[in-house]
Amino acid sequence: MNDTTLQNFQPQQDQSLASGDTVRGQYSDATPDKGQPVTRNESVEENLSVRVRDLSLWYGEHQALDDISIDVFANTVTALIGPSGCGKSTFLRCLNRMNDLISSVRIKGLVEMDGRDVNARGMDEVALRRRVGMVFQKPNPFPKSIFENVAYAPRMHDMVSRKADQDELVERALRDAGLWNEVKDKLHEPGTSLSGGQQQRLCIARAIAVRPDVILMDEPTSALDPISTATIEDLMDKLKQDFTIVTVTHNMQQAARVADYTAFFHLGEMIEYNATKQMFANPHTKKAEDYITGRYG
Amino acid sequence: MNIVFLLFCAVLVVLGGIAFTLSRAKAARVRATGTTMHAQPDQYAWFAVLVTAGPALLVSALGAFVLLLMGADIPTFYLLAASLVIALIGLVMGLNQVRSDFHARRAIEGVIRKLLAAAAMISILTTLGILLSIISEALRFFQMHSFWDFVTGTTWNPGASFLSAAGRGDEGGSAAQFGSIPLFAGTFMITLIAMLVAIPFGLGAAIYMVEFAPLRIRKAAKPVIEVLAGIPTVVYGVFAALTVAPLVVDIAGLFGLDASYSNALAPGLVMGIMIIPFISSLSDDVINSVPNSLREGALALGITKAEMVRNVVVPAAAPGIISASLLAVSRALGETMIVVMAAGMRPNLTANPLEDMTTVTVSIVAALTGDQEFESAQTLSAFALGLVLFIVTLTLNVVSVFMIRRFREKYRVNNL
Amino acid sequence: MSQSFEEISAQLKKRHRRSARMKWMTMGALILSAAFLVVFISDMVVRGWPAFQQAQIQVEVSYDEQSQKLPLAAVDEDVRPLISRGFFRPLPRKMENNPALMGTTQTQWVIADSRVDQYLKGNEDRLRPADKETLQALVEEGRAELKFNTTFFTTGDSKMPELAGIASAAIGTVMTMLVTMAVCFPIGVMTAVYLEEFAPDNKLTQLIEININNLAAVPSILFGLLGLAIYISFFGVPRSSPLVGGLTLALMTLPVIIISTRAALRSVPDSIRHAAFGVGCSRWQVVRDHVLPVSLPGILTGSIIGLAQAMGETAPLIIVGMVAFIPDASISITNASTVMPAQIFTWASEPNSAFAEKTAGGILVLLAVLIFLNALAVWLRNKFERRW
Repeated sequence: MNDTTLQNFQPQQDQSLASGDTVRGQYSDATPDKGQPVTRNESVEENLSVRVRDLSLWYGEHQALDDISIDVFANTVTALIGPSGCGKSTFLRCLNRMNDLISSVRIKGLVEMDGRDVNARGMDEVALRRRVGMVFQKPNPFPKSIFENVAYAPRMHDMVSRKADQDELVERALRDAGLWNEVKDKLHEPGTSLSGGQQQRLCIARAIAVRPDVILMDEPTSALDPISTATIEDLMDKLKQDFTIVTVTHNMQQAARVADYTAFFHLGEMIEYNATKQMFANPHTKKAEDYITGRYG
Repeated sequence: MNIVFLLFCAVLVVLGGIAFTLSRAKAARVRATGTTMHAQPDQYAWFAVLVTAGPALLVSALGAFVLLLMGADIPTFYLLAASLVIALIGLVMGLNQVRSDFHARRAIEGVIRKLLAAAAMISILTTLGILLSIISEALRFFQMHSFWDFVTGTTWNPGASFLSAAGRGDEGGSAAQFGSIPLFAGTFMITLIAMLVAIPFGLGAAIYMVEFAPLRIRKAAKPVIEVLAGIPTVVYGVFAALTVAPLVVDIAGLFGLDASYSNALAPGLVMGIMIIPFISSLSDDVINSVPNSLREGALALGITKAEMVRNVVVPAAAPGIISASLLAVSRALGETMIVVMAAGMRPNLTANPLEDMTTVTVSIVAALTGDQEFESAQTLSAFALGLVLFIVTLTLNVVSVFMIRRFREKYRVNNL
Repeated sequence: MSQSFEEISAQLKKRHRRSARMKWMTMGALILSAAFLVVFISDMVVRGWPAFQQAQIQVEVSYDEQSQKLPLAAVDEDVRPLISRGFFRPLPRKMENNPALMGTTQTQWVIADSRVDQYLKGNEDRLRPADKETLQALVEEGRAELKFNTTFFTTGDSKMPELAGIASAAIGTVMTMLVTMAVCFPIGVMTAVYLEEFAPDNKLTQLIEININNLAAVPSILFGLLGLAIYISFFGVPRSSPLVGGLTLALMTLPVIIISTRAALRSVPDSIRHAAFGVGCSRWQVVRDHVLPVSLPGILTGSIIGLAQAMGETAPLIIVGMVAFIPDASISITNASTVMPAQIFTWASEPNSAFAEKTAGGILVLLAVLIFLNALAVWLRNKFERRW
């Protein structure tokens, strides 16, 4: 296995551990040479969704991300954890270029999807966002009806031509988001009339209605009650069959419950990236261990 | 009379000074004996001043009021003398109150509180004053002319004397008629033109500044737009009458149209320009307060910026934008100087903005600036028009306040 | 499952074009709005600039008995029509007051007639051919030229354009504003202090608040009706006086001051109040010693803006009769008087086109004052604004 250049940013088979799904991914200080083509394991290549190399980001003079490299695998849930202000949300927003909205932001490094650098000049950020959807910390349904909240973007994208298609698409998205049974009789009431947990699932339905490849979730349950949180966690588990999910969470139990892989961020650096089980059972770095065991946060 | 008044003031000031020094000295003496007092010597002193001057001033003011109202013949001298006597009594009482168990500070603050509350009541009195003065005069007008004719009549012809004052004595002749429809038609026509200018430009500028403009441009453009809002209306009136109206006539001439020099288009356009900053700064605030999460939510779905603005931001801000527009309409309806200077004086029921037409405010000014006696129907008709104007603008304001409140509540709820 | 970037981008082309179109259109709205301002200001400057210049002619004035009886005889017959009649009228009195002048002949610059003035400014040509020749000769000799127009700033209104000035209107404005601010500043601040710091949250307080917001949006002309019906008819305040004008404007400015003062008071954080209460201050002492001092710049800023607004207001003043013809200024609040915007209004309705430049000149002066006041308010705000 040719993994000398991979070990730094891909959770990898660890020779020292026999078990199939325990991987080692301690981030070494050696940064990979950017000019050198990265060789990949074929099976990994198939599953790769987003590839990030040496990503640094500055807000004006302040550096918020420092040389992040990470591989996100298709049809998995990847959780980003770390103390607040560590750059995990900033990193997440690099994946669909939401940071473009802030004028003082400067980005260096590679974010690659489908073989294309998403920050390249020719890349249309609107096209990127169609393939990389996002769910936010606070539910933000549009001030429109429940139906319109879901149908709006697909209609804009010409994904539906007939009324019947549209109805079908809305129903499917709401079903996938586990909301259909609760709202099927009040599709034309405003989206804001729902409870917080329902609003968040509506936002998830809105995001999946566009059929993106990747769904980014920025602390999607932090504003919700425990029961709604559990519903959404179940939903994430189901959705990963069709989508790749990257979620930011400040709740380590949540990461442990839903994520296949977990990355630990600290002060703009990615300290450790590993399979979730491994990360929580046996973190390789002192910082991650301290954080996970609750010594700071 | 002026000298008497000055003398009165001087004596009062002297009495106040005496009250201050005496009571302070007394309080200090009491305190020096070791008695604990409820207030500082200064506070006793101020209390003494208050009881000396307060009632005296109140009595003299009341007396003057009665004098003015009733025209009663209480000589000023006696009134002021009586006030001074009251001031002396107050002085003695104030000195008497310098006791250790008296809460001088609390007494002073009670008075201050009442004074402040009285000041707050003045705004209510103003509204009442406007209402009462307008309604009572309007009622007198409706006793002379039927309300029904006023509301449904299509001829506004307040009489020959008014027309001759305007230099058009030959047009009148017959008896005065007060049908207000042509005035309201003219008002609405000019308001409509103004809104057609102000809403697209104001809203467009606001959208650009909030959604598209770099911060630098936004910072530079905002004050420039606000300068437009600070320009007096009379200046806009001059601009409309001297510059825009001839321009409109020339341009209409190019198309073979015959425009009057006091056409409705010129004041309408200029009024629109005047209202642009009003709409743009209100809409700017409203659009700015649409939560960013909605914008991000739309953009994250792969929606373009224009689609986001049109389908998410503007609908979300709609109550606020409508409320701003209603306020702007209310302003345009009540705007006076531009139309007085640039619109016509001739009541004219037409849909052609190139003709001259007059408005409610022009008629109010015209009715009140001639050498009319106050009791005449023409003068009183101004109050009837003012009453309608007041009701219409008040309704618009109330509706707009209601809408903006709904907007605010909506986003407080949505932000969870 | 999903489309490639290329497919999506191709589909997006049209939508991006539409997005760009909206950006350009809204930008156009902003640029045009700013362009209106530029056109408007430059129009006023172009029209008003000549008002600051006035044609003057150097003539020999003979002060003798004949000119005492017939002032026109004081100058040569051929230049007589070129000189403002306003120069001749006071001549006899001038000689009476200054007997030493009698029997002398003096060469002096005198104000030219407005037709001369307009001719030299290239505006209109109503001079008779003979007068024109005389004038041309004078111009070539350097004895007729445009000079800075001090008359414009030192005289009151006049039926003769060359003698009309803004002094009496300016004094009227100052008197009226004194009355306005004397009434509405204390009442406005007191109301705001009461509502913000003392008032219980009950129906009456809410009524006052709603009422203030409504008053702020009542058309200004209705305040004029109030002034006419209550102040003039009911209380018998003299018509056209700065007193009645000032009182009327005070009611109109009151909401502006109340609203901005409340905003200033509200921006003082509660921690300051709590700290003061904590050391045993009474509510009034907290307001007087701690809240008012720190919110004073905000209060002043709001008051200056209110003052600027009142200064530009015309409609209610027309209703209470402040559009009088006032040739001589009087520093009194009960005499008939006029204000700057009303003077502009009067001149604008003069048929004589020489008044058009006076109108625009008056506007430039008024705008300069208003811009100065607004700049002062902004400066105050920036200098003393504290972020808590």
